[in-house]
Amino acid sequence: MKKISIDKMNELFAAIAASKALYMPVCDGKKGAKYAKWSEGTEYSQAANTSRSAKDFFFPQVEDMASFNVNGKEIEVIDTREECEDFVVFGVRACDAKSFDILDSVYLVDPVDSYYANRREHGIIMTMACNKPTDTCFCSTFGIDAANPMGDVSCWTNDNELFLSANTEKGQALLDSISILEDADDNAADDIKASIKTILDKLPLAGLSADGMKEKTLMEVFNSDKWAELSESCLGCGTCTFVCPTCQCYDIRDYDTGHGVMRYRCWDSCMYSDFTLCAHGNTRTTQLQRFRQRFMHKLVYYPENNGGVFGCVGCGRCLRSCPISMNIVKVMKTLEG
Amino acid sequence: MREETLIPKVGVVTDIRQDTPDVKTFRVVGLDGKKVFEHIPGQCAMLSVPGVGEGMFSITSSPTNTEFMEFSIKKCGCLTSWLHMMEVGQQITIRGPYGNGFPVESSLKGKDLLFIAGGIGLAPLRSVINYVRDKKDNYGSVHIIYGSRSMDDLVDYKEIIDEWCNDPSVKVDLTIDRPQEGWDGHVGFIPSFVEELSPDLSRTVLICGPPIMIKFTLDGLKKLGFQESQVYTTMELRMKCAIGKCGRCNIGNKYVCKDGPVFRFDQLAELPDEY
Amino acid sequence: MQEVMVKRASELMADGTVVRVLGWKNGEFAYDPTPAVFESAEALNTFVYNDFCSSNLSKYLIALSKKDGKTLVFLKPCDSYSFNQLLTEHRIDREKVYIIGIECSGKVDEAKLREAGCEGILGIKSEGDNFVVETLYGDKTFAKADCLSERCTTCKSRKVVAYDEMIGENGEVNSECGRFDQVAELEAMTPDERYEFWRGELSRCIRCNACRNICPACSCEKCVFDNPNSGIAQKAAADSFEENMFHIIRAFHVAGRCTDCGECSRVCPQHIPLHLLNRKFIKDMNECYGEYQAGEEAGSRAPLVSFTQEDCEPSIVYEREASK
Repeated sequence: MKKISIDKMNELFAAIAASKALYMPVCDGKKGAKYAKWSEGTEYSQAANTSRSAKDFFFPQVEDMASFNVNGKEIEVIDTREECEDFVVFGVRACDAKSFDILDSVYLVDPVDSYYANRREHGIIMTMACNKPTDTCFCSTFGIDAANPMGDVSCWTNDNELFLSANTEKGQALLDSISILEDADDNAADDIKASIKTILDKLPLAGLSADGMKEKTLMEVFNSDKWAELSESCLGCGTCTFVCPTCQCYDIRDYDTGHGVMRYRCWDSCMYSDFTLCAHGNTRTTQLQRFRQRFMHKLVYYPENNGGVFGCVGCGRCLRSCPISMNIVKVMKTLEG
Repeated sequence: MREETLIPKVGVVTDIRQDTPDVKTFRVVGLDGKKVFEHIPGQCAMLSVPGVGEGMFSITSSPTNTEFMEFSIKKCGCLTSWLHMMEVGQQITIRGPYGNGFPVESSLKGKDLLFIAGGIGLAPLRSVINYVRDKKDNYGSVHIIYGSRSMDDLVDYKEIIDEWCNDPSVKVDLTIDRPQEGWDGHVGFIPSFVEELSPDLSRTVLICGPPIMIKFTLDGLKKLGFQESQVYTTMELRMKCAIGKCGRCNIGNKYVCKDGPVFRFDQLAELPDEY
Repeated sequence: MQEVMVKRASELMADGTVVRVLGWKNGEFAYDPTPAVFESAEALNTFVYNDFCSSNLSKYLIALSKKDGKTLVFLKPCDSYSFNQLLTEHRIDREKVYIIGIECSGKVDEAKLREAGCEGILGIKSEGDNFVVETLYGDKTFAKADCLSERCTTCKSRKVVAYDEMIGENGEVNSECGRFDQVAELEAMTPDERYEFWRGELSRCIRCNACRNICPACSCEKCVFDNPNSGIAQKAAADSFEENMFHIIRAFHVAGRCTDCGECSRVCPQHIPLHLLNRKFIKDMNECYGEYQAGEEAGSRAPLVSFTQEDCEPSIVYEREASK
């Protein structure tokens, strides 16, 4: 384990940023916190979490896939991909770090999504333990420990010091490259972990369990009569989907640039009415069906396909941003109740 | 940088055949004049016209055809309308093959087969039918029941009459929905026709057509004594990526593009009926 | 208030006046009630009405008034303006709705509590003019007035304009609410400054459509942005022009019909002050065509859809610019 005095955080950031782009949460006033690129003067925010998730770094809302030159009957396909530069994301919370595993199991299985893989290979994740978890947090429901976040490097902080521990070769290489770090005992962060643990146990959603979902069969959950009341006031917007760190569905569209065609992909939402719209009709015509799809995916389909791992990390963003305050916690409690 | 399946290759349309008033069959090869890729019967490809869109189409030709691939496409939306306006020599983009395909080298081997198709539903089955005909020794007898709204709507009518009907190992029964001048064959809907014909219960069934036809035909087959586990179908839902990532073509926890499009009915019975 | 509402709702269901009740259901926390439909007296056990019941329920009546039987709805003053506007646009069957008007002294913006450092909220108690927020990290006391949504601090009217009966006193229209002050500030900027301001805000948009889907004026059966045949259907902005376009088109489309309920800004997960776009239109219409409040009266003709000889000429755009 390594450490550095809190007073020298800025020097640490400067050392990292000297060779790689460095991103971290910064305060955004009433708007919460957001990830921004560090430059001299940037102030790191210890906010509970950012309003938008960290998935943006690997799976951006919009990205170009390929472009086409169309000339009469002829088509030329142009591979617009470029190897991305190394970058570091500092201050990722345990929940978001876990969300990368979930995205990995979609995008990095054969056939590998090269766009995602490219960013993943070049991104170094420095996580930060949550000293002040908040009411909307429920990562422990999914076996995530906010006191021991994963990622390439795990960090802990108190009023005086920042402790850093590498979990991967990439992380170790990064720490080795920073000369201003001092050595620390391997148990130096234990007090911080213990104090976080006490708070985690007191969180209002601390007792929330998803195990009940596993006791039911796929069809039992699908056919539950609770979906009607749960989805009744759903607006069918994409807020939950877009702030969610694990929502991974996308659309592929073509855009006429005036001198060619750019094929891009962008986030899509199963909450949208045209998500499953085909030339021959639509397989999900009601908001009940679309709402059910989103939660079935997180709580049943994804676990079914991925060894029982749930497709939610309990970051609580949807609890904060749903316009009608309907969310996965209410869904789980109602389905099990 | 690694290969990316989402970036398509260029294909050239070398032949266009008008099958029915709203179905055309397109022959596609790569820029080098060869097949763009090999496939298993029942697998699909993503065809696109840049600027218009991309869509999943079943490969209609048999893998035993070493020269080109064919796609029988019904005009029903934006992309298919554009494809129908194409002339020979037009380039499109193509990527694939996608999906599981029919188990021609495993479960179907050595079996007597019954194909039931309605309208454009013949397209994905044609690949299997011709594959089986080309590898006769590996399969038992073939019975094809095919129907459409009218005589004019029978896809591949020429091939059916000239080749399938003249193949001694193949039995073909055709039907159209309503009587029509010049038609002396059977008239009536497919589900009741199937019940009338009462095919041999030992056959493995491959069925494709409009959802409502599949539903009633399956009910009829079950009434005759067929098990769900001996009936296969192939599905079609909205798709974007074709590799199980974009998230829209799922039926329960199965993705039609990756885990399908071929399913057995006993598999579908355990999944939500969102298709 | 809540008890009186539940009691009255139970009575109206019991005597057969209504078959369902549209209100708010209690949530997981003190601050997250969900709009809900209650179909029985027992179901009303979970009915809640408090300082966090911000949702405007009017839009749900488009669907509910198509169902059999009457729906009881509780409308706050600003919701009643949306209701009238939807009536004007023939989107709601008035005969299928029974309205109980409820007084409102402003709703709390949870984001303001968060901004003031409230994390780990365990409970919120109302004590006179104050809230005591109990958190994992200690209790905090706030003056209610400091926690109100922006739209409530510039509330245009505390008068319920459509109701069958009232619970509590009906309030008054407040023409001195100062709701156009921020618009005036924007108008005072140079075009470049103003462009900067809006780019800063609109570039944050994630195109989740929450603003559109919550908006009572956005009641098109099929939105132009969802229609693949429109040529502008899009799920994400491909460039900055498209980011602007979505919001500008929406603002134009609801111009004259927007009652300024402020739901767009309330629900924006990126906290974009979208209501300012709509208020700019309202302010301009007031100045060019005379004072008009959409939804104040059911059936009223908005200035943009009624021609009078006194209407200003298009040249007013240049005249106004020149007079600056």
